[in-house]
Amino acid sequence: MLRKRQGFSESQQQLTVRHTMGRAWLVGFQIATLVGVVMLTVLLLTIINNSFGLTAVENEIDPESLAMNGIPLEQQSKEQMVEALRVNVSVGLFARFEHDQPIAERDAANILDLIQEFVIAPQVQESWTLYDLMTRRAEIEAIMQERYPSARLEFRAWLTWDFVRSQQSSHPEIAGVRTAIFGSLWTIFIAILFALPVGVAAAIYLQEYAHDNFINRFIQTNINNLAGVPSIIYGILGLALFVRAFGDFTSGAAFGAADPSTANGRTILSAGLTLGILVLPVIIINAQEAIKAVPNSLREAGFGLGATRWQTVWSHVLPNSLPGIFTGSILAVSRAIGETAPLVVIGASTFIQVDPEGPFSKFTTLPSQIYQWTVRPQGAFHNIAAAASLVLLILLLALNATAILLRNRYSRRY
Amino acid sequence: MRFNYQRLAASRSKTALAAMDAEPLPTEPITNAGAPPDLRRRRRTRETIIQGFLFLCGFLSIFITFGIIYELGKESYLFFGNQQWSSTNRPLAAGIDAQQTVFEVEPQGAAIQEGGVYRIESEILFLDSVEGTTVTAQRGYQESAATPHRQGLTLEAELRPNLAEFFTGTEWAPHNGKFGILPLLNATLIVSGIGILVAVPLGLATAIYLSEYASLRARNRLKPVLEVLAGVPTVVYGFFALTFMTPLLRSWFGADTVNIYNMASAGIVIGILILPFVSTISEDALNAVPRSLREAAYALGATRLETAIRIVVPAAFSGISAAVILAASRAIGETMIVAIASGAGPNFSFNPFEAAETMTGHIVRISGGDLSYNSVDYNSLFAVGLMLFAITLLLNILSQRIVRRFREIYE
Repeated sequence: MLRKRQGFSESQQQLTVRHTMGRAWLVGFQIATLVGVVMLTVLLLTIINNSFGLTAVENEIDPESLAMNGIPLEQQSKEQMVEALRVNVSVGLFARFEHDQPIAERDAANILDLIQEFVIAPQVQESWTLYDLMTRRAEIEAIMQERYPSARLEFRAWLTWDFVRSQQSSHPEIAGVRTAIFGSLWTIFIAILFALPVGVAAAIYLQEYAHDNFINRFIQTNINNLAGVPSIIYGILGLALFVRAFGDFTSGAAFGAADPSTANGRTILSAGLTLGILVLPVIIINAQEAIKAVPNSLREAGFGLGATRWQTVWSHVLPNSLPGIFTGSILAVSRAIGETAPLVVIGASTFIQVDPEGPFSKFTTLPSQIYQWTVRPQGAFHNIAAAASLVLLILLLALNATAILLRNRYSRRY
Repeated sequence: MRFNYQRLAASRSKTALAAMDAEPLPTEPITNAGAPPDLRRRRRTRETIIQGFLFLCGFLSIFITFGIIYELGKESYLFFGNQQWSSTNRPLAAGIDAQQTVFEVEPQGAAIQEGGVYRIESEILFLDSVEGTTVTAQRGYQESAATPHRQGLTLEAELRPNLAEFFTGTEWAPHNGKFGILPLLNATLIVSGIGILVAVPLGLATAIYLSEYASLRARNRLKPVLEVLAGVPTVVYGFFALTFMTPLLRSWFGADTVNIYNMASAGIVIGILILPFVSTISEDALNAVPRSLREAAYALGATRLETAIRIVVPAAFSGISAAVILAASRAIGETMIVAIASGAGPNFSFNPFEAAETMTGHIVRISGGDLSYNSVDYNSLFAVGLMLFAITLLLNILSQRIVRRFREIYE
């Protein structure tokens, strides 16, 4: 009797230990799960934190010194402004303005912009993040007094509409991501143009035509392996193949469209094709899944009516799997938009001020621009890198939202 | 069953119907008297062409793989055949003319070898014998022009990257004749090792929580977060590593111990990057374990934890290990984070707080500038790339093998 009771209480004790263990581990699991959420939050906060903040801005010339007879600069006539510009910049620079667009044809606002950029030339001496602004305001003001007595402290949002709209510049204060956005869109456009038809065709072949033999199994295994190849390897392939071996073709020289600055083949076309082969396996695998989801009864109905295989595929399988294919492709594209390494290897030019005009133009893309700005030591470049990251994330979010909408709207269940 | 012709017509499409209509119908009435109708299989040229085209698209992937292997292999071969010269600091003791085969060199400096290939200015010499400071050489070796050289010019020794040095050398500076890949490989392994150490426990715990504990509502809220985490571009992660993780590590461990560019920061952020990868694939594996196994364990009195750890996780082992290996392959191939946060310049160090360049980081840095083709730097890119490709390919194949070999199939 006694022994039995002892045994009982022992197992009772053990049970308590086991339950305590269970609860402790559950807390552990929950914390681990939270780490992912926390990290995402911190990541976003870091980027936002760097995109806004305080700046110490110093002007080359006090704008008030440009006032003439008590009339401030903004209210002067165009002739007066041109005079102010001519006096304050070098002869060479003034000649360049004339060369870019004759001064006589420019309007007053344009002249004012030039004066802003080249005469007043506000320069960010130092920048502080949003977090600094909230916690160390007094300290920052002391630093200002000590180091930049003539500068003024300004709140600055680095992500503005002007930032999205203006061109690349070597001054972070006025640099923008317009050329980079155009470059990204162009390369992605070419990548889709290549990868979507080829990828869907390959998926149709593998799902609808391929018999289970050696070569088809090999193709399938190979596609799975290609999906795991690091993106930088595709960059090296693109460098050797598109930039070097087919340089004549990708630089447009073969079509007589050669621009001497792109004669090395480091063009939008090379980059687009490289991204195309990079996303090809992903598109194939996604399209295969979408085609697999089309029920067999549809195919059999087609065959039963005497349709050939291609007729069945073209008029039944493909239309029914299209939403799935598009969803998968959008996800693949959003991967390609964020891809940096292969483009750096191919040689996305870093400093381009003109918008790309076609597949044979030099280019830069949003992620390569972020990379270039991030590796610079000056603080203000980090701020615009963060702002550009925000632009990129918003672009990706829009794409993914489209994919989810498509999925919810058109997905059918059989 | 009646076939709904209207639905076919409505859903799709005129082309299919038109194609069916276009099939020539027998014009004569079918009678028993005439020749029997031709029931042989018709040759359909259009179908064959389409099928051929589809096959070519599928085959393109094999072409891409061979393209990768061919290009990497070709340029790596050129790399290993590349001649480099490094100074021996042994100048000629006296000037020599174009025919002279026996000459004196200064005694100090690096040793010179009999049977070695050396260079003075642009002339290449093959040394037949070396006795003290007296050298007997074949002039104008390898079709170089034999020219007179003045006193004081140094002999340069030939360096060729060879496989043994490539795998064992601890210094990487191709333009200086140092061809050991170990510093790059070591940094890659340390960074991705840290990444794996961060991602696997967290990812596995997340997967267990989501699959075994979480309510449907919690799951539906947490999964998109992980998907977003997986969708953030790596260059943004690089920025995050440099502007958040590195300052954090420096404030924890002291700015003296932690370099501005360091492997630890890059490794941790890579861990965050591959975390969703590990958790999603592991969760799929856990979900594939049938309910009956869990119920059997509960019936035997196991707690939820015991069921999860002792029954479900072992049953999903193949899927989980495949996830870990795939994540490792992804970590090794990850480029932008290390290019931004881990430092430029090869460094053979085991201290994670030091800066060291990984294989991928090296490729990005070297190719970032304007490269001249056929230079040793350009070719070295491909040798490193081949190594990287081989490692990741092996890991991918290994994970597929594991899934196939150890998968437990329930009904």
